[in-house]
Amino acid sequence: MKRLYLLLAAVFVILMLLPLFLDNYALGIFIMIFYWAYVGQSWNVLTGYTGHISLGHALYIGIGAYATTYLAQTIGLTPWIGMFLGGFIAMAIALCLGFLGFRFGLRGVYFVIMTIAFAELARLAVSHIEALGSFTGIFLDFNPSFYNFQFRGNMPYYYIALGFMVASLIAVRIIEVSKVGRFIVAIREDEEAAQALGVNTFKYNMIAIAISAFMTSLAGAFYANYIFYLHPNSLFGMSLSIELILRPIVGGAWHALRAGDRFHYSDPAVGNIPGLFRKGRSGGTAPHPLRRTDDTGGSFHAQRDCCLCKRLLSPILKLADSKVRGV
Amino acid sequence: MGGIYGLIALGLSLIFGVMGVINFAHGQIMVMAMYVSYWIFVLLGIDPYLSLVIVAAVIFVLGYLIQATVVNRILDYPEAMQVLPLVSMGLILENLALLLWGPDYRSPQTALGLETLWMGPVMIDVSRLIAFGLAILITFLIFIFLKKTNIGKCIRAASDNRTGAIVVGINVNRINNTAFALGAATTAAAGVLLLPLMPLSPHLGHDFTLTAFIVVILGGMGNLIGALVGGLILGIAESVSTLFLPATLKHAVSFSILIIIMLFRPQGLLGGKK
Repeated sequence: MKRLYLLLAAVFVILMLLPLFLDNYALGIFIMIFYWAYVGQSWNVLTGYTGHISLGHALYIGIGAYATTYLAQTIGLTPWIGMFLGGFIAMAIALCLGFLGFRFGLRGVYFVIMTIAFAELARLAVSHIEALGSFTGIFLDFNPSFYNFQFRGNMPYYYIALGFMVASLIAVRIIEVSKVGRFIVAIREDEEAAQALGVNTFKYNMIAIAISAFMTSLAGAFYANYIFYLHPNSLFGMSLSIELILRPIVGGAWHALRAGDRFHYSDPAVGNIPGLFRKGRSGGTAPHPLRRTDDTGGSFHAQRDCCLCKRLLSPILKLADSKVRGV
Repeated sequence: MGGIYGLIALGLSLIFGVMGVINFAHGQIMVMAMYVSYWIFVLLGIDPYLSLVIVAAVIFVLGYLIQATVVNRILDYPEAMQVLPLVSMGLILENLALLLWGPDYRSPQTALGLETLWMGPVMIDVSRLIAFGLAILITFLIFIFLKKTNIGKCIRAASDNRTGAIVVGINVNRINNTAFALGAATTAAAGVLLLPLMPLSPHLGHDFTLTAFIVVILGGMGNLIGALVGGLILGIAESVSTLFLPATLKHAVSFSILIIIMLFRPQGLLGGKK
């Protein structure tokens, strides 16, 4: 365990120094890696731990992005504060959704459809609100300053995105080993058994969805000030929801962060595999920096390789695995 | 519209009823069907209504393959786990359509596309009327198929009691394949009927997948008549809502209906107690 933390620290140091050697474009790729890793991690808090699949996480990204931007444009509030307000709004909506979903006992597919329905409703609502730019979306003005969360060049974004990702890893780790985390995992393994043992499953489901929504919407704020353009279809649409879950699934959502898992290296893998994905998507024009992220895995390479194969096949293996366990 | 919604949902409901799997790639399968039909229309000049049978056959094969390669493997997994492979299947189909036909909107000029009929003071679109009529007709054909033919009976047996069906010697895997393929073909038919009514693009899929869910949930999961009734209700609700809301908001109405139904009557309007 201690060795793992040392390795992670080494990886962190390398990533901290990386911008010294990379050009703007490569940094941009890294930013997207961190961004997707962060979003995937946030999604994982709900789905990976409680086992309730959400296909509507675009909702929270959208809320974060729109709330931050709206507050910044109308009352000039700095996104540094606005994003937390956005986070609380997302949390409130997630709690509504969670209340309806968990209280009325919607499980499995019904819960999935519920999350989709909420995201779609939000998309349609935003598409019809003039103040939020309706169908055309909002363009952000470019005034680079720390106060505006806007910067020239990719370097500051790189550090912010890295900070986000590291913070999310730490947060998830803290949740994972805490009492709350144990309860939440118990829900995933067997909700009824957990309930029978006296876990207030409703409460812990709500906690998980609230944390997840809050974290996701912070990513929305980042997105808004990095891309400078908000559009309801791209921020609330189902394709974003699907896209953001691709990475953690390939990375192994349930498996990777299972408490007490043998393979504790999994956190960086969640960060790296999205990277591989990113490469595929951006046309593979810049393989070197990406390979480097891979190499930062360094000495637990051997351990990782076997798992990486396992992980790439994981949707299938995982299911087989959980079947054996009788989940 | 209602009849078509019903038809799409019928396919979904059929698949759900037999296998208990929710087909998240449903809308995308339909879009594939629409493109195949469009293709036939452009290349061979056969009107979509006539090519319906060919398209249904093609999609039948596609459905059979999907079921045999993907869905049969995931049947025993927990419900939530079945979602993801099918979502990815949908993604693959959507991007395939994007790859093959590009992202442009296309709308074929069919012979009857813009014809209208006057029935007293009411104006009726001919293609909508045909679509509705054929949708109802196909639904009834499916019913007869399920009630009378041997395969249909096997499908119903498998949907009633899977173990029981295995015990009496039904090859359940093959029945599953057939049922999925049939569901896909039904959807394909719906897609073809829809072709003259709306412009075609690879991204239509999601919307229709969602619509189909709403209809199925409205009518009751796995309930075939429910799917038809649900489709009619939803079609009418959306049309009526356009009277006092912007047309683009009509989906909001259907989603609201969906949430309310799921909360208060999750077994659907016509579904019995489970």
